[in-house]
Amino acid sequence: MALKIVVLAKQVPDTRNVGKDAMKEDGTVNRAALPAIFNPEDLNALEQALQLKEKNPGTTITLLTMGPPRAADIIREGLYRGADGGVLLTDRAFAGADTLATSYALSCAVKKIGDADIIISGRQAIDGDTAQVGPQVAEKLGISQVTYAEKIVSVENNEIVIVRRLEHGTETVKAKLPLLVTVNGSADECRPRNTKMVQRNKYAKTPSEKASLTDTSLYEKRSYLNLGEWSAADVDADLTQTGLAGSPTKVKQVENVVFQAKESKRLSTADEEIDELMKELIANHTIG
Amino acid sequence: MSNFYSDNADLKHHLNHPMMRRLVELHERNFTEAEKYDYAPLDFEDAMDSYEKVLEIAGEISGEIVAPNAESVDQEGPHVIDGHVKYASATEKNLDALVKAGLMGISLPRQYDGLNFSLVPYIMAADMVSRADASFVNIWGLQDCAETINEFASEEQKMRYLPRVCAGETMAMDLTEPDAGSDLQAVMLKATYCEEDGTWRLNGVKRFITNGDGHIALVLARSEEGSKDGRGLSMFIYDRNDGGVVVRRIENKMGIKGSPTCELVFKNAKAELCGERRLGLIKYVMALMNGARLGIAAQSVGISEAAYREALQYAKERFQFGKAIINFPAVSEIIATMKAKLDASRSLLYETTRYVDLYKTLEAIAKERSLEKEERMEMKQAQRKADALTPLVKGMSSEYCNQNAYDCVQVHGGSGFMKDYPCERIYRDARITSIYEGTTQLQVVAAIRHVGSGTYLNIIKEYEAIEVPAELAEMKEKLMAMTALYEKSVATVTADKDAQYIDFHARRLVEIAGHIIMGYLLLQDSMRNESFKRSTENYIRYGEAETNKNASFIENFKPESIENYLNN
Repeated sequence: MALKIVVLAKQVPDTRNVGKDAMKEDGTVNRAALPAIFNPEDLNALEQALQLKEKNPGTTITLLTMGPPRAADIIREGLYRGADGGVLLTDRAFAGADTLATSYALSCAVKKIGDADIIISGRQAIDGDTAQVGPQVAEKLGISQVTYAEKIVSVENNEIVIVRRLEHGTETVKAKLPLLVTVNGSADECRPRNTKMVQRNKYAKTPSEKASLTDTSLYEKRSYLNLGEWSAADVDADLTQTGLAGSPTKVKQVENVVFQAKESKRLSTADEEIDELMKELIANHTIG
Repeated sequence: MSNFYSDNADLKHHLNHPMMRRLVELHERNFTEAEKYDYAPLDFEDAMDSYEKVLEIAGEISGEIVAPNAESVDQEGPHVIDGHVKYASATEKNLDALVKAGLMGISLPRQYDGLNFSLVPYIMAADMVSRADASFVNIWGLQDCAETINEFASEEQKMRYLPRVCAGETMAMDLTEPDAGSDLQAVMLKATYCEEDGTWRLNGVKRFITNGDGHIALVLARSEEGSKDGRGLSMFIYDRNDGGVVVRRIENKMGIKGSPTCELVFKNAKAELCGERRLGLIKYVMALMNGARLGIAAQSVGISEAAYREALQYAKERFQFGKAIINFPAVSEIIATMKAKLDASRSLLYETTRYVDLYKTLEAIAKERSLEKEERMEMKQAQRKADALTPLVKGMSSEYCNQNAYDCVQVHGGSGFMKDYPCERIYRDARITSIYEGTTQLQVVAAIRHVGSGTYLNIIKEYEAIEVPAELAEMKEKLMAMTALYEKSVATVTADKDAQYIDFHARRLVEIAGHIIMGYLLLQDSMRNESFKRSTENYIRYGEAETNKNASFIENFKPESIENYLNN
């Protein structure tokens, strides 16, 4: 069946390859020093969407991202791999949002896109590591959710079959559409950018990116090059629920943790010592 | 995170050669296709930007997927199951990534779903894929065969086969047989016309067929019963979906172990004629081989690059006598010379590619409209250069690739002899490059004609006419002195027009021509980009010494001494 899919994606600083200047003096992330990338698990999510599109002719994929104007890069990256279109949600009113305010803004945009059968996002973003936004969007939209998905197996008669990754194995679940799926990093890696799609979409721009152009005739001829760009007003968002105003989370303190080997303990392989270690790790909540 | 395009500024330098404007404009027929295809470029800058973006994709896949898989591909290798080839599992992953990225049919026209790119970015992608895994380029790179279908098959055949190649089906060229290796005129595989269904049937055996179980194969077979030589051979297209060919075994090879080298048995296999009867060897295979030779030159350059980088990295990390071994002149000279040979072969690779591209594109345009007088002239000159430079680049770059692989192991010392470092695989993979698609000795046979005809000298004189800035004048003087020695040596060898004597010295003359041509190309690279100065100087110094050695051998050789080398 032809599906309408929305993929939620985020542009994040590449925290996997950090150099010396990755953090500022005050303990916040130095975004200027880290390249902005497509959040890795959101790429896994996009791949699941693309596989669904291959199996279900007529399916369309819209990529939705919230962020500053340069986050439009993420939409282009999506188009280069096979997404059909994208929307950038950008507004000063969204700035400083925690997961609650973010999921509110995203859910407003999903409503505006309308009639989505499946919303797919990565499990979590590598900058915040909360894994809260996907589930919160589902709650705000009042639809079901399946988290930790590793494979979307099939969609038939409004019913979706999904394999979930659990700690010691997998489970296969069935759910009714519409629903939201968060995809785990163990799912298939996203396909590479495609040469033809790159050539077709490389000039795709948001209205603010087009503002500096003198000749926009290309965008009249090729309508698919016009990316959506929505403000808080465009998605009818209640400003008390967006940005800082809508974010109950307050960062109390940021602590720099430097791992050092000075407190290391050497254990023998004796059962008692290992037992002791396990108890200690459980007591300080490292495990369990 | 490595990208084999963006980590190698030399590639961008060659991509941005001034001749590209002409090549792109010809390929794009003045950018008229943008109306019809949404991925066609709007202008020259747009096309070049797309070339670069596509090379970034190829570079990313090479660096992130193909290179990390190379070791497991080498170990696992392909297998034969029920008469068909099963690739190593990582080979399948490599192929899947390149197919999904749309890196098939790069230079085929858009009407068959190709990208319609110049040959230059295609060869550059092959250069990078070879650096990642030389065995894999033999599977992916056989998309060159599609060029031959594009050039010589009927429109109806092109419509049937070329989109399949662009969608990811692989190809093979079935030429060699147990008794027909270098001498393809001896091909025996029998083609008989079946009156009942109007198809051709193939029977016999092919050997040493790279990717022999590819989806679509070009097969050289004897269509004219009773004929003995090359004029009785025709070219056929075999579609694996039709069946009739069984892979009897795959060779257990020294290197490029991921590439299946097959022995094929044709049992009444259905096939269709490609082009005209009797032109199989004399026209089509020659075109096919020239394309393939350029491909092997790219493979050689890619392997050279890998060898150079492995050696450089090891020499920086390995400490002996209290310092990194790169700080010993004996080691650093090896590495600087490797880089010089690498740069020289790459410059010749792209010069050759540009001329092949230029004449082939003009040839294709000539089928659409009649060429202007200047265009015909341009095509003729480009073809002459392409024909002369192709055996030269295949011969020289494959020999340098072997030398660089040898030196890479040498820099690693005892560790290089162990299976612990990639250099031993590189060493094994390099070995085939100077053998297949015509040994170096056969490249010399092809190249010596262009010594005799003066084509090399004309090319050299054209380069000589380019003025160079003062700081490069000394290098140019060396090249001019080498040219004088070349002319003298050619005169000495050809004075008596003794064919055997010319054959005997041919390698030496061709090598001298190669050193001068590559020296001039590097000189031109230095004029566009400072970073080539070091290699230019090092290569010209090296070439000068080699030229003196060869010229002195010729000068001091007494014709009667040839007996010492014959009748061993």
